[in-house]
Amino acid sequence: MTDQFEPTIIGFTCNWCSYRASDLAGTARMKYAPNVRLIRLMCSGRLDPTFVLRALSDGADGVMITGCHPGECHYIEQNYKALRRYLLLKRVLVGLGIEPERVKLVWASAAEGAKFAAETTAFVEEVRKLGPLNWGRTDGGNAE
Amino acid sequence: MTTKPKFAMYWAASCGGCEIAVLNTHEKILDVDANFDVVFWPVAMDAKYHDVEAMEDGSILLTLFNGGIRNDENEHIAKLLRQKSKILVAFGSCACEGCIPGLANLSPVGDIVHTAFNTITTDNPNEIYPRTSYDVPEGELHIPTLSRMVRPLEQVVDVDYFMPGCPPESHQIAAVIDLVIKVVKGEAELPPKGSVIGCGDSTVCDECPRARNVKFIKEFKRIQDVAPVDPTLCLLEQGIPCNGPATRSGCNARCPQAGAQCIGCYGPAEGVMDYGARLITAFSSVIDANTPEEIDHILDGIPDPTGQVYRFNLAGSLLKANREVWKVKG
Repeated sequence: MTDQFEPTIIGFTCNWCSYRASDLAGTARMKYAPNVRLIRLMCSGRLDPTFVLRALSDGADGVMITGCHPGECHYIEQNYKALRRYLLLKRVLVGLGIEPERVKLVWASAAEGAKFAAETTAFVEEVRKLGPLNWGRTDGGNAE
Repeated sequence: MTTKPKFAMYWAASCGGCEIAVLNTHEKILDVDANFDVVFWPVAMDAKYHDVEAMEDGSILLTLFNGGIRNDENEHIAKLLRQKSKILVAFGSCACEGCIPGLANLSPVGDIVHTAFNTITTDNPNEIYPRTSYDVPEGELHIPTLSRMVRPLEQVVDVDYFMPGCPPESHQIAAVIDLVIKVVKGEAELPPKGSVIGCGDSTVCDECPRARNVKFIKEFKRIQDVAPVDPTLCLLEQGIPCNGPATRSGCNARCPQAGAQCIGCYGPAEGVMDYGARLITAFSSVIDANTPEEIDHILDGIPDPTGQVYRFNLAGSLLKANREVWKVKG
């Protein structure tokens, strides 16, 4: 046991590519940081920014969003929608004092298990450097 | 002694517009007087807090509470009126979701005080700041202490009903007054506790007469930079950030009908957990670009994204305040 800060990361994966990439990483027994808790969506286009805000407000230190490479979406173009939301969401988060690096978008195809593992580990290390987010869960008024 | 049911209205951190909206119901205000005994309404009549404290618990039938909770006085009265009221309504955007005063949650309370008392517009060379208590020959004086953030009423006490709007539209207020009077007479039943009343259950877009096509935009622009604004076409499709898609209906799309973009004062539409998130999705859906560079360039047209998507709802959102505000010790 060390006293090193272990970030809690929520990862949203696309059913058709990045979830399979993570599956591939698992079956190929690749090692990557165990900090990420994956939630499978049918598509990165399903990612409502609410999910990210809910994760951050409920104790996550970072959120990873993954989807198919541009042009390869199973639903033709929904990953572009994810990209647009992601870029606007980051701007809103900056206004709330949250480092934009705490939310990351990664494209990974079903064959890219190694990329998925490497990106996950790199993201965990990046969030570890940023430190805990510890979003306020106490009373918003005066501390009594 | 009157046997009429008792009515109270209070303002906490608000502008007073809600009270004006109540007066804007015109002759309907006489129905309030005919059917209720107004026991506490600081803006309209003289009453002291100790008069309210002396009332029996639950003795006020209906309290319309407008304003957010910004200081310990607001919090005290919110708790007091909760105790004394059978039906407590969060009345107006401030009480429902923080409204414009909630944007103060973007700054730590110290910065707010500093800006108010020592900036380029307020010459304060001796660094004189208000104190919460002060000794004078007659005794100790107190002013309310600011809390670290603005909170909607629901974050402080149990709320029975929510009535959104900045301010709530007068025809909606009149309809709610009519309903409560019917309930008092036994002619109608109250909606389920927790209901959002005096509004619709859809979005402003649903009430908006402007034409919507599936159109993408290459540029976001402030409405004053668009000339001329097409009077019949959806504002968002003209590149004007209009908050209609995320905002609850009930105002008859008043602003878009008058040629201005919806700014979102009726709060989140039914089923929306986070207003800003819904608006991020809506704005993103009209952007006509697929590369990060081009998308970012288009997004540059929204100069204050956080203020844009949380103009009325920041205090009621999932994250509620800027991170620096959370760090402030109360």
